[in-house]
Amino acid sequence: MLKTFSIGGIHPADRKISAGKSIEVLPLPKRVAVPVAQHIGAPAKTEVKKGDLVKVGQVIAKTGGFVSANIHSPVSGKVFKLDEIVDASGYRKPAVIIDVDGDDWDESIDRSETLKTDIPLSSEEIIKKVGEMGIVGMGGATFPAHVKLSPPPGKKCDVLIINGVECEPYLTSDHRVMLERGEEMIVGVKILMKALNVTRAVIGIENNKPDAIKHLQKLVQHESGIEIQPLKVQYPQGGEKQLIDATIGRQVPSGKLPIEVGAVVQNVGTTLAVYEAVQKNKPLIERVITVTGPGISKPSNFLVRIGTPVSQLIEAAGGLPDNTGKVIGGGPMMGKALTNLEVPVTKGSSGILVLPHEEAHRKPVENCIRCGKCISACPMGLEPYLLMIETEKELLDRAESDNIMDCIECGSCSFTCPANRPLLDYIRLGKGKVGQIIRNRN
Amino acid sequence: MSIVLITILTLAGLGALAAVILYLASQKFKVFEDPRIDQVEEALPAANCGGCGFPGCRAFAEALVKADDISDLNCPVGGPDVMSTVAGILGKEVGKTDPMVAVVRCNGTCENRPRLNEYEGATSCAVAAALYGGETGCSYGCYGLGDCVEACDFDAMYMDEETGLPVIIEDNCVACGACVDACPKDIIELRKKGPKSRRIFISCVNQDKGAVAKKACNVACIGCGKCVKVCPFDAITMENNLAYIDYDKCKLCRKCVPECPTNAIHELNFPPRKPKAEKKEAPVNTPESSN
Ligand code: SF4
Ligand code: SF4
Ligand code: SF4
Ligand code: SF4
Repeated sequence: MLKTFSIGGIHPADRKISAGKSIEVLPLPKRVAVPVAQHIGAPAKTEVKKGDLVKVGQVIAKTGGFVSANIHSPVSGKVFKLDEIVDASGYRKPAVIIDVDGDDWDESIDRSETLKTDIPLSSEEIIKKVGEMGIVGMGGATFPAHVKLSPPPGKKCDVLIINGVECEPYLTSDHRVMLERGEEMIVGVKILMKALNVTRAVIGIENNKPDAIKHLQKLVQHESGIEIQPLKVQYPQGGEKQLIDATIGRQVPSGKLPIEVGAVVQNVGTTLAVYEAVQKNKPLIERVITVTGPGISKPSNFLVRIGTPVSQLIEAAGGLPDNTGKVIGGGPMMGKALTNLEVPVTKGSSGILVLPHEEAHRKPVENCIRCGKCISACPMGLEPYLLMIETEKELLDRAESDNIMDCIECGSCSFTCPANRPLLDYIRLGKGKVGQIIRNRN
Repeated sequence: MSIVLITILTLAGLGALAAVILYLASQKFKVFEDPRIDQVEEALPAANCGGCGFPGCRAFAEALVKADDISDLNCPVGGPDVMSTVAGILGKEVGKTDPMVAVVRCNGTCENRPRLNEYEGATSCAVAAALYGGETGCSYGCYGLGDCVEACDFDAMYMDEETGLPVIIEDNCVACGACVDACPKDIIELRKKGPKSRRIFISCVNQDKGAVAKKACNVACIGCGKCVKVCPFDAITMENNLAYIDYDKCKLCRKCVPECPTNAIHELNFPPRKPKAEKKEAPVNTPESSN
């Protein structure tokens, strides 16, 4: 019996049509727009001004606090201007816009392909380096990685969990990283283990990626302390709490972080970025991203510089099909529809999904038939139909005591509901309001 | 026979005892309630809309009775008539409150503000606002999903199908402020109703720079500052690329209205201008399109 998490979960069709496509390097764009807030926490403070010449890897915006991250120039060239750009949700956000000229890397970055396996840096030095190099969670949450590596006083981590689940349908970037960059990633795992001072690491991979499981198993045969844990396919296994439950059988209590049960979770892409940062001195300036969808003629996995406009990725994957109804940043479950195609790739972009008209629309909302399917689907053990009503009726204290803040916004409830109720839409709104109340209280 | 008697006597005795205890308890725990609270509540309109800032008419009545000075308390629904009745009951002075009315500060109709994407999530402005910036290039403007209309208890609002914007029916609006609270974008404002319901306001809340705002919407305030300059009474201020007219200072001279290059300033219920007095042509604002 394969392991998986114990509460709720759903089984959307996985549609990994780009799984067999190796990572291609996307040609440099002519101009990039690099947002200064690409992570959870304080936005970074811009360090450059109009007209400045920058090199690849140079810091262009400095971290704005402990929970924040440096932003480095992904290209070389001239700063065209500092301006606001329209982000994926239609709001305007500050960004550094750079005209690309050549590809001139900062000398401190080691661009050779040799695998560096010994880890000279100490635990503190690793954490510091990870912070300096602007590494954030690349699975989508974009939480600064060095913060997770520094457990609060009194808390002890005893196991590192690597998230190779990629439970979102369509997305394959982590899958490709495990297959093609496995050696480096395993060194990354060892670096993270050293930083956290733990002797055990578990890499969780769903068994719809047997090639990745086999490949990594071969790579870790002679490593002590690193286990590969194949998992039964179930969404949302990539959620931190679900993954911890699935891999090591520990349950993180409501409202608490994984460190409460002695675990730290990092994504596969992040682990590779940590390797590059610590061993090669390379900041987070590019990432692997899947461009896919039923109508896309050339579904692909691209290695892309941060700041590249999404339109260019779609072009490289064969262009936008005529019957496109929606373009989503991320996967179909948790991704967000893009309001325009000029939005840049950021540290948290894992995929671009192009859906045809037929699949892009919601079905008409009907009344709740009290079937309870949303409750069975919710991986956090919540009662989504109730949380929706409580938000609608402004019963926020009840929503709070019904643990609305535990919702991980996985969308399993909305996906399952036979009455097509916009459950997560309302729950997200309720979370915002309850969060505000909690902040005001403290 | 005697059993029946005993039963009756016992029950009667118990009843009498309970009555005595209840009487004593009610005397001991008696709560004095000012009878004027009931009187005041009687005088209030019983709309329970919360427009006074209290949870319902009863709570407002209590506050009125308790307060020494009721000059800043007001029931927008009842207006001056009700407030003076209340003042009569309590023997206190009422404050002078100008009648207010809600205005919608967005004129981003489908014509003025092209739609760039299509929203089909839950029909609620609050939900949409939690998700993204809206269907147009203006992330400040109206979502047109009618949370404000839903919130109005007085049939004073409806959605105009053609413009996609809410319209306020002046005669019904009691300025309770429910719509103001309901709107996630702070588009609706309570403003002084003005003499003969005449008022002037800037029908835009976009804080983007001029070029960006103009691109998103034909009638956006572009922050050019012309209105600020022309106003003889310093009633207009400019903050974050957006002009705002202070209704207390505005003397309704209408000088700013034709000055605005984007027709973002709306005048309501004024008689038509005499053509010769104006160099430029004034924007035509019927109450429907501008409200
Ligand atoms: S979105 Fe929230 S409420 Fe819905 S299933 Fe996921 S965790 Fe549960
Ligand atoms: S799944 Fe939908 S219909 Fe069933 S109980 Fe939940 S909200 Fe109601
Ligand atoms: S004015 Fe505000 S509440 Fe009313 S429809 Fe527009 S966005 Fe929604
Ligand atoms: S004249 Fe019009 S556009 Fe210019 S600042 Fe005043 S309201 Fe805005």
